Amino acid sequence: MAAVLESLLREEVSVAAAVRWIARRTQSSEDSPGEAAVLRSLRPLRKEFVPFLLNFLREQSCRVLPQGPPTPAKAPGASATLPGRPGGPPRGGRGARSQLFPPPEPPSPAAEAPLARRGGRRRGPAPARERGSRGPGGPEEGVGGESLPWAGARRLRGSGSPSSPSLALCDPPNLSNLEEFPPVGSVPPGPAGRTKPSRRINPTPVSEERSLSKPKTCFTSPPISCVPSSQPSALDTSPWGLGLPPGCRSLQEEREMLRKERSKQLQQSPTPSCPTPESGSPLPSRTGSLTDEAADPARVSSRQRLELVALVYSSCIAENLVPNLFLELFFVLQLLTARRMVAAKDSDLEPGPGVLESVGSPLFQSIHDCVFFAVRVLERQFPVLSYLDKGTLKLLAENERLLCFSPALQGRLRAAYEGSVAKVSLVMLPSAQAVSFQPETDNRANFSSDRAFHTFKKQRDVFYEVLREWEDHHEEPGWDFEKGLGSRIRAMMGQLSAACSHSHFVRLFQKQLLQMCQSPGGAGGTVLGEAPDVLSMLGADKLGRLRRLQERLVAPQSSGGPCPPPTFPGCQGFFRDFILSASSFQFNQHLMDSLSLKIRELNGLTLPPHEPNDDEGEADVDWQGERRQFAMVLLSLRLLAKFLGFVAFLPYRGPEPPPTRELQDSILALRSQVPPVLDVRTLLWQGLRARRAVLTVPWLVEFLSFADHIVPLLDYYRSIFSLLLHLHRSLVLAQEREGEMCFLNKLLLLAVLGWLFQIPTVPEDLFFSEEDQSDGFQVDAVSSEYGLDSVPVVDQQLLYTCCPYIGELRKLLASWVSGSSGRSGGFVRKITPTTTTGLGAQPPQTSQGLQAQLAQAFFHNQPPSLRRTVEFVAERIGSNCVKHIKFCQKKSPGAVRALLPEETPAAVLSSAENIAVGLATEKACTWLSANITALIRREVKAAVSRILRAQGPEPAVRGERRGCSRACEHHAPLPSHLISEIKDVLSLAAGPRDPEEGVPPEHLEQLLGQLGQTLQCRQFLCPPAEQHLAKCSVELASLLVADKIPILGPPAQRRLERGQARRLLHMLLSLWKEDFQAPVPLRLLLSPRNVGLLADTRPREWDLLLFLLRELVEKGLMGRMEIEACLGSLRAAQWPEDFSEELATLFNLFLTEPPLPEPQLRACELVQPNRGTVLAQS
Amino acid sequence: MILTKAQYDEIAQCLVSVPPTRQSLRKLKQRFPSQSQATLLSIFSQEYQKHIKRTHAKHHTLEAIESYYQRYLNGVLKNGAAPVLLELANEVDYAPSLMARIILERFLQEHEETPPSKSVINSMLRDPSQIPDGVLANQVYQCTVNDCCYGPLVDCIKHAIGHEHEVLLRDLLLEKNLSFLDEDQLRAKGYDKTPDFILQVPVAVEGHIIHWIESKASFGDECSHHAYLHDQFWSYWNSSELEHHHCCGSSFITAASQCHLT
Repeated sequence: MAAVLESLLREEVSVAAAVRWIARRTQSSEDSPGEAAVLRSLRPLRKEFVPFLLNFLREQSCRVLPQGPPTPAKAPGASATLPGRPGGPPRGGRGARSQLFPPPEPPSPAAEAPLARRGGRRRGPAPARERGSRGPGGPEEGVGGESLPWAGARRLRGSGSPSSPSLALCDPPNLSNLEEFPPVGSVPPGPAGRTKPSRRINPTPVSEERSLSKPKTCFTSPPISCVPSSQPSALDTSPWGLGLPPGCRSLQEEREMLRKERSKQLQQSPTPSCPTPESGSPLPSRTGSLTDEAADPARVSSRQRLELVALVYSSCIAENLVPNLFLELFFVLQLLTARRMVAAKDSDLEPGPGVLESVGSPLFQSIHDCVFFAVRVLERQFPVLSYLDKGTLKLLAENERLLCFSPALQGRLRAAYEGSVAKVSLVMLPSAQAVSFQPETDNRANFSSDRAFHTFKKQRDVFYEVLREWEDHHEEPGWDFEKGLGSRIRAMMGQLSAACSHSHFVRLFQKQLLQMCQSPGGAGGTVLGEAPDVLSMLGADKLGRLRRLQERLVAPQSSGGPCPPPTFPGCQGFFRDFILSASSFQFNQHLMDSLSLKIRELNGLTLPPHEPNDDEGEADVDWQGERRQFAMVLLSLRLLAKFLGFVAFLPYRGPEPPPTRELQDSILALRSQVPPVLDVRTLLWQGLRARRAVLTVPWLVEFLSFADHIVPLLDYYRSIFSLLLHLHRSLVLAQEREGEMCFLNKLLLLAVLGWLFQIPTVPEDLFFSEEDQSDGFQVDAVSSEYGLDSVPVVDQQLLYTCCPYIGELRKLLASWVSGSSGRSGGFVRKITPTTTTGLGAQPPQTSQGLQAQLAQAFFHNQPPSLRRTVEFVAERIGSNCVKHIKFCQKKSPGAVRALLPEETPAAVLSSAENIAVGLATEKACTWLSANITALIRREVKAAVSRILRAQGPEPAVRGERRGCSRACEHHAPLPSHLISEIKDVLSLAAGPRDPEEGVPPEHLEQLLGQLGQTLQCRQFLCPPAEQHLAKCSVELASLLVADKIPILGPPAQRRLERGQARRLLHMLLSLWKEDFQAPVPLRLLLSPRNVGLLADTRPREWDLLLFLLRELVEKGLMGRMEIEACLGSLRAAQWPEDFSEELATLFNLFLTEPPLPEPQLRACELVQPNRGTVLAQS
Repeated sequence: MILTKAQYDEIAQCLVSVPPTRQSLRKLKQRFPSQSQATLLSIFSQEYQKHIKRTHAKHHTLEAIESYYQRYLNGVLKNGAAPVLLELANEVDYAPSLMARIILERFLQEHEETPPSKSVINSMLRDPSQIPDGVLANQVYQCTVNDCCYGPLVDCIKHAIGHEHEVLLRDLLLEKNLSFLDEDQLRAKGYDKTPDFILQVPVAVEGHIIHWIESKASFGDECSHHAYLHDQFWSYWNSSELEHHHCCGSSFITAASQCHLT
């Protein structure tokens, strides 16, 4: 590195040639022979250059950025391997940070001469006090061939600047590794000569993710809550203040110490422990002054050198030689927003004799240097910056340092800001809906048995119950998923015995997962159902402002630095915990099957290819739809792949890589036999060939991010990583050729790949050790020249949704504006949440919000294709409208109608049409609002609503009235009322009853009249009611015949008049004959029980029964033979002797009477006075 | 008509350990003349069902069944025409129809070789003339016809009320020009749990979005409301549901999410 820089400085080699050299391209003819010669001599160092550069910059900046979050860099120590030695398989990436630098030597006195430590692992400033906590991985690492002297560095120094030990001595610090740099205070400051501990920042762990990532070795910037670090000690023996206290405590202890230390520092500030005054140095006092230092372009030292390094650095970034583009940008912005410089010892600052511009002297000698460097780099990164979101651009454009150092860049940024429409919101309305019932798969026919079907239904209920409970409680402190729900989930899983049930449940699980977690809102952890209510009641105009506020409150303050570990935010946590709690092998297997299938399906989805269109306005409208569809598919894929990765690698996950090489080899041998859960390599290849990398790679990254330590070492996955590395290298943003990938598509891929390369389980030397094969990376895109890659499917919203950590740039800049980072050490948000009461209970009051909810609800219960169709039509018509200024409502319905299936119900169709009209109008208006004055907009709205009003709702299709005539007003008594009334009469007759109870005779007549009306209307009549009414009417008849109905009136007249009874029986006969449509159980009239009612009346009167029987026959309600049969069986029953005789007489009478016409029958009268029985005919 | 929670509670208060008979209902009517019989009966039925759910088990122990059966036998031996079974039920504070079922089951166990199936018992309760013993038939009939909270007739009345309100609701929906799928259509599509109506195009009522409507011919008190939700509608939990209360022969719609007892 140094040598290369030296060569550059001496102008032996041009920057371009150097970068070409670094990029391992074949030598270009542009290189002069001299350059080539110089570079050839440095060839063995080539591989190390970039990591060295990155570490060098971090190290150089550590004095400038002590108070801010340390900049992460995941570059293996340049020294990790001997030059030329291919990066052997790392002994299981024990976490990126821990291997960023080689492990330290055995403890050596801190005061030891630097050179003594140069050999071996250059770990001088960091005593091995952290050994104890590093686990078994530490020592082995040293054994693995890395204890060799750091020849490269030595040679560098030898050839370059022998008098500048700083480079060689100062290991690039891994500032964010807690283990290596525990916070200060673990040991009281030692005697003079010992190191005074420098403060290190103690990141607050993100608790949830701990189990899955190696928290302490995460390469993240500490989250916002970092405590400001103190200035490094003046007593550091190392030039850069990297002396560290021995001992390593638990995080908790360390935090406590930090707190103490901080208060101590506050009391003693300014620190008196500064032995060497910074004579004449432009550096500010390091005494913890809280004022920010103003950066002045005039005070930049060694401009040429800074320019040069900035140029090389920028070129490396541009050529994708750095693993993570956004990490570098973050670092540069940190430099830009550095607050103050911490002084180093004089000796460090003194340039080596005669080599003023050598790399030996500190690169950044002042804030001015930092800002100068940062601005130079930013200038060259302008294309990337211009694609950032509007908020970031605003902050950049308003940055006064930027204005001061490069008015030109500021001007371009301002222009970019003004032209930007890339407003990014990470909070969307959560779509917190349950999976609606899926008739085609969830019905009985898909289950092996009723039992299985029933079990599934029950499980579905339990699942939603558990989900609901989680929603209610998971944010409560002290609530524990496993404790709260674990046993219930396992009990439920226990019932899923049949494989068929598993697949049903998994389908439900997966659908619910997609539904809840697809949107960033769901991922953001919004409490379901609450936010929209509260928000939408505030009115449309305030809604936007409120949403922004909500975003600030709800969106995680920090996504965990610019490179957070994989997490399960929001609702995803539920599904993760569910899988863990269920701990069911069958479930996991079915889930993997199902996820794999769905991933294949979505990955292979044909997304509408973009047709080039010369009309920009229309094209813009068109693309919105395509982008949205692409975003939906991509986000779904990422979610599914994340869970697939999680489940698939779950059994292999452990906190530590295998401790020994032997063990690792045996594990490798074992694992290499296991077929991959999903053939992602083929899918990746296909994606690359079909030029659909922009779809395939982001989900593949999600999948791989859950890989365990062994995975990257397996041949299968190694080849995937290799492919990805080549892809990464090939995504040079500056190249924009015809048919190339679009800029934002590239940016998305660079972001996700960069993130992947920083995952702790991915070996850090993977990126740099990959041999030069970029020439061999030729994917012959045979299938389609215009694949998705060249379609602008990615916008800033999607980019930031997929990579929320890019938002850290904005937060960093915002914290600079707020001026708080110096004091609190992080970003501070000045929001004091206040609660209001009873918000949730109130219904939303704006019709607009309600309308949107209604549309949402409408689509929920309809097939997704309907929504897509409507949106498609809205897009097309909207774009047409923009083109021709026609309007929407004429075309939309026709288009919707043409696209939907014919059997779509009329009402659904009309609603879909109306929504399409509304959407199209809205889209047109959106476009217009961006392009045409407000005046025209108002006219458009007015015209639309006028035509809509004129159109009006279509006339209702009225259902046919059932049963009764169209004229019927359905005023007949309700069947339930009649049954109830008749039941009362029956119960009175059956007794027991109070003496005063009875039925008024006219009531009975009225009741039968009502029954007639009801039977004629039939509007409210259902078959069971009619059957009961029929049965009750028969019982009523029996009671009439037996004269058993207690009649209200004076005691003497408590019996129904004969004539009255006969009239009632006539009514009943007519009802039976004319009005009942259900069968009437007339045989019950002759059941022993009903006939027996006659038995205990004295005197028995048989005439009504005989009358009834004859009428039944005459009306054709019962046949003679049927009655004879009934009477015959009646005689078989046991009766009192006299009753039997009378029954026999009745039987004979009925038999002897010929079926004669009525008048003759009426004349007939038979009296048997001796029995007191009268068979009379009126 | 809207019944407040306080009114409901007041009525429910008067129903503690009152037998579910015609006479009780008459007394209730005298006490609350402003309420319709249907309303009172509905509350009575609901409260009584709660009571039975609480005490059901103790009437079904072997000892209890045996002692009831013996008392019944002794009673009818003395006077077969007396309301033996009905009085027994009232005395032990159990529903007459359910008591009739216990005794009938016990009787059939004694007189038939095979234990009676549920459908046979139900059929006999519906039509006591099928009961082989005439005296028992009369006793059972007397119980079922006098019971205003349980029994085949009451079941039928409840069913009829439910149906009637569905029809009323359907007419209202048609009148308001709302598109819907009814229970039969849903079932035909294979839905396992069906609300009465799913609105194909959701509507908003007082700011609440209504996806589906379930009409219940009973008061949606909190307990039963919760039970319904639990048993039937978790799959639809996104939707607001409408509770349709039957009261005074008139029907009204209220968003259940606002209040269960409006």
